[in-house]
Amino acid sequence: MKTGADCVIEGLINAGVKTVFGLPGGTVLDIFSKLYHAPIEFILVRHEQGATHMADAYARASGEVGVCLVTSGPGVTNAITGLATANMDGIPMVCITGQVISSMIGNDAFQEVDTIGITRPVTKHNYLVKNVDDLPRILAEAFYIAKSGKPGPVVVDIPKDIQRATTTAVAPAEITLRGYRPVLQADSKQIDKLADAIKQARRPLLYVGAGVISSNASEELAALAHRAHIPVTTTLLGLGAFPETDPLALRMLGMHGSVAANTAVSRCDLLIAVGARFDDRVTGKVSEFAPHAVKAHIDIDPSAIDKCVRVDIPVLGDVKQVLRELLGKVAPMECSEWLESTARWSAENPFTYDRNTKELLPQYVIEQIYELTRGDAIITTEVGQHQMWTAQYYKHCRPRSFLSSGGLGTMGFGLPAAIGAQAAFRDRLVIDIGGDGSTQMNIQELVVAVEHRLPIKVVVLNNSHLGMVRQWQEMFYNREYSATVLKQSGRPANERITPGAGAQEKYLPDFVKIAEAHGALGLRVRTREELIPALKKAFAAPGPVLVECIVRSEENVYPMVPPGASLMEMIHSMA
Amino acid sequence: MTRHTIVALVENQPGVLARIVGLISGRGYNIESLNVAPMPDPAFSRLTMTVPGDDRVLDQVTKQLNKLVDVIAVTDLTRRHYVNRELVLVEVAAPADKRAAISTMAARFDAKVVAENAESLTLMICGEQERVAEFLGMLKPLHILDLSRSGMVALSRIAQE
Repeated sequence: MKTGADCVIEGLINAGVKTVFGLPGGTVLDIFSKLYHAPIEFILVRHEQGATHMADAYARASGEVGVCLVTSGPGVTNAITGLATANMDGIPMVCITGQVISSMIGNDAFQEVDTIGITRPVTKHNYLVKNVDDLPRILAEAFYIAKSGKPGPVVVDIPKDIQRATTTAVAPAEITLRGYRPVLQADSKQIDKLADAIKQARRPLLYVGAGVISSNASEELAALAHRAHIPVTTTLLGLGAFPETDPLALRMLGMHGSVAANTAVSRCDLLIAVGARFDDRVTGKVSEFAPHAVKAHIDIDPSAIDKCVRVDIPVLGDVKQVLRELLGKVAPMECSEWLESTARWSAENPFTYDRNTKELLPQYVIEQIYELTRGDAIITTEVGQHQMWTAQYYKHCRPRSFLSSGGLGTMGFGLPAAIGAQAAFRDRLVIDIGGDGSTQMNIQELVVAVEHRLPIKVVVLNNSHLGMVRQWQEMFYNREYSATVLKQSGRPANERITPGAGAQEKYLPDFVKIAEAHGALGLRVRTREELIPALKKAFAAPGPVLVECIVRSEENVYPMVPPGASLMEMIHSMA
Repeated sequence: MTRHTIVALVENQPGVLARIVGLISGRGYNIESLNVAPMPDPAFSRLTMTVPGDDRVLDQVTKQLNKLVDVIAVTDLTRRHYVNRELVLVEVAAPADKRAAISTMAARFDAKVVAENAESLTLMICGEQERVAEFLGMLKPLHILDLSRSGMVALSRIAQE
């Protein structure tokens, strides 16, 4: 006879899980008791939010389902941000949560929350296990739902008495869910239509999103782009789906996208959206998005089609399968005039910043990281200006190597994400690029990297501000830096912070000391000359390293498409 | 803005209704009326909702509902043929001099008097949505003391995709 807790371990092993991230508590003691003897690596975090981001990034990097285990009540509420992050970006995760004993549910018991109620809007699906006999089936279903169709996080809430109850039930050999049958086989007639549209097009463009990476379809995408000579632009989460060093690559499109990409979107006559969802950061003013183009949309999620933009050729199905079939129907072709134009836009409008200054600029730091790694590292980011510069100044060439919170834009994602990615690939170089604001949010997880010998490299671009918000305040709110200054001087009057008289002002916190306090190596870089030696030292070091780069404060991310404007209304400076 | 009629076949499990309602209201849509009850096979329940909104919005609602694991099939019946009924109980003030007129009017709509006392009559109407709307219109000049509507119940074969 096995207990519910045994079923959990069994379910994890059956699903091929090798690593679980989490933090224990009263309502999960029984599961942790079994985990103690299980052949599964457990990574103990310092905050449940860290566990969810680690599991998320583990999934993004490896393609497998990320798993985390947290306790009831505050354990669950601490996990919400991570679940919502994964939900917005379609990341396969299973989050097992403890719950108070069944008879106490609804009684405001100690460490009780309505887990199902709270997680419903931020998960793909969730379960409250009411009968231990259902548990093996539920666990198997949870993994299936997490990784099929458009992937997403699934919560399995298990009351303590269920964990202790015994059963002889086993997981079903096959999963059949009456209400959930993701479409995998696309309609060949639609693919024919698309092939035809490609043949007719004079100015075709591939608009590529996370779906290509999630479907592991980079090869098929490249084959299509090369056969029909179609330029490629990617979304933030599509970075790496197509090598940015390829001549057909126009770089990222959208609010902080390249001139070439945004111009190509505005002038193309056929826009092929592949695994992308026409997000508002990409489209700008929807009515003026790709105004002259026939629009095709290949996606596995039926609700994404026609959600934001009306499309002419919807193709519902798995991206990899559709591209394969499409390749068989598309003959080699080349629209040379169009290719000349797009190449010219790329050449004449690269991402630029002030290269003449002696000051250390954040864009320069990222460029040097790219040069030193040649695009081979796994890069995670926090959220803000540095995130956009990492999209722009690092050339992303491999899928599953750029891990960033796109849909939710969660500050605090990058550092634990680097740990999760490193846990999946111990031999690869993993670099987290963050700002001084974001990096503080889950800094406590640094000790996890040290203990588990996960040698992540955390680069902090310290501009002593919450940079992206500051930029918006500069552009749209009269330079009134309300709550965006992180150093002690220059704060607005309502924050009532007067810098200490006499002594030289020091930026707080001291990131180098924090790194050392956690057991990591801490380095500080203030000048261009100091940068490369520090990065080299960091990348070669056997353990985790934090490199704090003091960079110029008032730098803005350009180009920028202001809110409500069309993609062609890019701003390039404040002049 | 059209009033859309959506029917769905769902798992008869605790939490399913909360999930559906949560999804719709979470996206800012309003459920005007909702009716749900088990089917002959008690593993399933059938749901009828009326949701006002434009076609685009409702297309999204339907697709989002279809994605839910507990929802087996969903159809927007709005532009199709379907059989529908709604049941309304309404208590109206009925002073002696108005009583006969109210009863006659009710009879014209096939509405029945299901309860009465010295001050009021409680009428029940069960009919198609247009008929019910007309009846409620006729009650406007009267003093309505209380009213309870079941919400529409619609029957049409739900296409299973």
